[in-house]
Amino acid sequence: MAAVVVENVTKQYGALTALAGVSLRIEEGEVFCLLGPNGAGKTTLVEILEGHRGRAGGDVRVLGFDPAQGGRAFRDRIGIVLQHGGLDDELTVAETTRYYRSLYARPRRAEDVIALVGLQSKAHTRVKTLSGGQRRRLELALGIVGEPDLLFLDEPTTGFDPSARRQAWDLVRALRAGGKTILLTTHYMDEAQALADRIAVIAKGRIVAEGTPDTLGDRHRLDARIRFRLPAGVAFADLPPSLQHAGSTPNGRCELRTADPVPLLRDLTTWATARNLDLDELSVDRPTLEDVYLELTRE
Amino acid sequence: MTLPSPLALLLHQTVYDHRIFWRSVAPAFFVLVFPLIMLVVFTALFGNELIPALGVTTAQFYAPSLAVYGAVNAAYVNLSASTVTRREQGILKRIRGTPMPPWVYLAGRLLFTATIAFFATAIMVGIGVAAYGVRLFAHTLPAAILVLLVGVACWAALGLLLSTFLRDGAGAPAVASATLLPLAFISDVFIPPTVQMPRWAELIADWFPLRHFTHALGDAFNPSLSGSGFAWSGAPGEYAMLHHLAVMAAWGVIAAVIAAWRFRWQPNPEGVA
Ligand SMILES: Nc1ncnc2c1ncn2[C@@H]1O[C@H](COP(=O)(O)OP(=O)(O)OP(=O)(O)O)[C@@H](O)[C@H]1O
Ligand SMILES: [Mg+2]
Repeated sequence: MAAVVVENVTKQYGALTALAGVSLRIEEGEVFCLLGPNGAGKTTLVEILEGHRGRAGGDVRVLGFDPAQGGRAFRDRIGIVLQHGGLDDELTVAETTRYYRSLYARPRRAEDVIALVGLQSKAHTRVKTLSGGQRRRLELALGIVGEPDLLFLDEPTTGFDPSARRQAWDLVRALRAGGKTILLTTHYMDEAQALADRIAVIAKGRIVAEGTPDTLGDRHRLDARIRFRLPAGVAFADLPPSLQHAGSTPNGRCELRTADPVPLLRDLTTWATARNLDLDELSVDRPTLEDVYLELTRE
Repeated sequence: MTLPSPLALLLHQTVYDHRIFWRSVAPAFFVLVFPLIMLVVFTALFGNELIPALGVTTAQFYAPSLAVYGAVNAAYVNLSASTVTRREQGILKRIRGTPMPPWVYLAGRLLFTATIAFFATAIMVGIGVAAYGVRLFAHTLPAAILVLLVGVACWAALGLLLSTFLRDGAGAPAVASATLLPLAFISDVFIPPTVQMPRWAELIADWFPLRHFTHALGDAFNPSLSGSGFAWSGAPGEYAMLHHLAVMAAWGVIAAVIAAWRFRWQPNPEGVA
């Protein structure tokens, strides 16, 4: 069953078209990631699904509800981590968590979610004295305290230190293992790669690509790259012809692109071994998610 | 498991609002401490003598009128400013994304406001009784409590209405006070009615719901008046507050209707459309 169905949704802010007909489907139990440049329309779309914003046109179903009309029953089943949300400065972390947990039908224990986001030692600290990343972690705790079936995470790990980010990733994986559905936006490609079952790239209010982290933008079919630094005294023209054919030398480094890297590597290493040459910084890789993303969202 | 009942959520909200209020210095000062300072200052300046034209002592006049000022600070200034701040910071938006029913949230904030206003009034009158010989009358007490309830509701509605016109939480208390203070000066809050005001000031004061509030409560503390207060306008020398109540109720209902229609939970106005 689909947790979220979006059909041809449009959104205007005055003369600005923020969403120009977006359609997507998120299955139950999946982690769906929205990527896109600043101002692409991610937050607009997510907040339409949350019920925070209206839409100009199109159809939306979230857990079977129209979020524009969704009442208490709908909001009891979703959890929201806003890109910009407020907290009462004068309350402590524990008080804030207890305040929000009391609004739900089947909440988690406050201590448990505080521990899950690693704020145990700050439980009795006033919100106003939290660091930016700690505040964000509290917001994550509030997103899950109602035990939602569907969790919206709009750039949840912005400001997290690396270990807090890993902890948040584990949290997302645990929620997924528990059958929850998660809609995530992020600007961190490693985060999308690590967490997403599926990714949609949105640019200027349109979905420009959709796929798994490994297949997005036909990434799995793109050429592999062999890269190394040309040894001193060796020119590009001295390389074997098969390599020259596939290669280029951007700023003194050799870059070979090929669908089939093994024969080229054999030619390269045979050539270098015969001449007793070092191949500094030799690497073989496929384009990363970031490469694909940059290509897809290029102006 | 079922969702928590509206009543449970109402009390929950009230308790949390109290917690926040008592930890924030400025609102607590203006609601609770400032009116008490004024009571001390006025009785020191004018002496706690009988004012013949009013038929009461200085403290007997000022305790109820300054209690009204504290209550209006709680209802109008504090409620509007905290609502603007919570909207600006995105706290209202966060609440709106939870199963808390919006009307229960607002009702909780009103209940909190009323409890603060009653507490401030009780402190004011209590100190008046203990230190300045202020007298309370059992036969006017029900009317006084009803006046306080309706007055607070009226000014809370005006506070919520004001909040729908403001964006900047830091500036909101200044705007609220700037609209309240001039009215307070012509509404027998700081200056007793023995001072003759120009006619236009009388007319304005008669229109707005502040002087009706001070008179309706102040008369309950006037020993020279008779009656329980539950009379429309009364004979000379009789305590009658129902016409004052009617004016405050009318303001309150109209303000509440417009506020409900204009109320927004989102910090950015274009957020919903
Ligand atoms: N409330 C609003 N009023 C007017 N314009 C808005 C509003 N919210 C967003 N916009 C505009 O709509 C476009 C999409 O904004 P949105 O916040 O959805 O982008 P985003 O993809 O979330 O960007 P980011 O990665 O920076 O968070 C932007 O051009 C933005 O300026
Ligand atoms: Mg955004």
